[in-house]
Amino acid sequence: MLQKLYDWVDERVDITPLWRDIADHEVPEHVNPAHHFSAFVYCFGGLTFFITVIQVLSGMFLTMYYVPDIENAWKSVKYLQMQVAYGQIVRGMHHWGASLVIVMMFLHTLRVFFQGAYKKPRELNWVVGVLIFFVMLGLGFTGYLLPWDNKAFFATQVGLQIAEQTPLIGTELKTLLAGDPKIIGAQTLTRFFAIHVFFLPAALFGLMGAHFVMIRKQGISGPL
Amino acid sequence: MHRGKGMKFVGDSRIPAEKKPNIPKDYSEYPGRTEAFWPNFLLKEWLVGAVFLIGFLVLTVVAPSPLEKMADPTDAGYIPLPDWYFLFLYQFLKYEFASGPYIVLGAFVIPGLAFGALLLAPFLDRGPGRRPFQRPIANALMLLGVAATIWLTWEAADHVDWEARAESGKIVETVEIDKEKPGYKIFKQNCASCHGGNLEGGNAGPALTETKKSVDEIKNIAKNGIGTMPAGQFKGSEEELQQLAEFIKSVSEKASE
Repeated sequence: MLQKLYDWVDERVDITPLWRDIADHEVPEHVNPAHHFSAFVYCFGGLTFFITVIQVLSGMFLTMYYVPDIENAWKSVKYLQMQVAYGQIVRGMHHWGASLVIVMMFLHTLRVFFQGAYKKPRELNWVVGVLIFFVMLGLGFTGYLLPWDNKAFFATQVGLQIAEQTPLIGTELKTLLAGDPKIIGAQTLTRFFAIHVFFLPAALFGLMGAHFVMIRKQGISGPL
Repeated sequence: MHRGKGMKFVGDSRIPAEKKPNIPKDYSEYPGRTEAFWPNFLLKEWLVGAVFLIGFLVLTVVAPSPLEKMADPTDAGYIPLPDWYFLFLYQFLKYEFASGPYIVLGAFVIPGLAFGALLLAPFLDRGPGRRPFQRPIANALMLLGVAATIWLTWEAADHVDWEARAESGKIVETVEIDKEKPGYKIFKQNCASCHGGNLEGGNAGPALTETKKSVDEIKNIAKNGIGTMPAGQFKGSEEELQQLAEFIKSVSEKASE
């Protein structure tokens, strides 16, 4: 039955090559923790992806309650935290996931670096990976403001002051991020919301797609 | 792969009509003990993921994510602090050679060089060898960078009074206060400059709306101080002191209802 369904779809869209790329390959011995316990270091990249998926899902559910507006942002987060069933858990996953994704990505970066796995032919994949790291830091910075509590507000104020020090385009950059050269307020919150929820995730998905396509094309690096 | 002449397609599409059977490759030609990704290895990955997810969920339940009181741009005494993964940069910008007139150096040139080198690492470390001792410079620089990041983060976190921060950020439920009461007028004169006009607390004194202290304890603190609060803050008669303490007690009792 399933095989028939597969064949029916395959005859029309030719999914077999895709299936081969995604699933039908073998895992070499040196990355398999069943054979070498130290091969658990190869889990960091996959766990980073796993938390990223958690972040995307929990973030989608958070936007069902969150209101990006200075009057209601804090109140909506507080309502979500205190009143909504499992709201505390969903927000907790998004909050702690933001820290864990940085930790896992850091470990993954160190694993790749110290194994010299970025050497030919994998230079481009390393560059894409570092760009993903930057996008993640940007997501952390913009997401920190959204609950609109005191620590969020003042941390963002400092961050924007640093951005303003950029040579030549400082004021323009700050205006782009905050919506105003001076005020950090209603405009800043909606801009950070837009950057956090639309712009950076779009960049992240594109880069992650490139990262994974290259992993499949190049295969995993051999043992040292 | 068959291309060009003689190919047959499904309908008028570009999908080849001739089907190749979907047989997995023969793993015997690969060195070592390889394992099929689907489904054998994927199940093991799911196992790791499941254990990780359990730990993660335990963390979210044990430590609810923090929420401070609503942003108040007029709160001049608030000491800003970024999330922990930016602390290294925050600490770095405190040093004299990286701040003030050298802010461009501290905020852009040095971090730019460090992150730029990280981005372009494959083009800087070009030798073919992958083992650690074949690339001493790259590894030494990376170890130095990691050590500096950890040390700067530690330094930044070490200077923070986390308990005082938690106290000043606490959400205070607003309580309706009868400002016509004589007790409130005494409070306004003696205590409001530190504890706020609504007993909500400020930078110098904590909120009083949730105090669990008795009337006599409050009287004693108002006269003799406690912690960083000096003695002699209350100036007035014994009768007024009694009124004040009873007023504060009544507010806290109302708040806990």
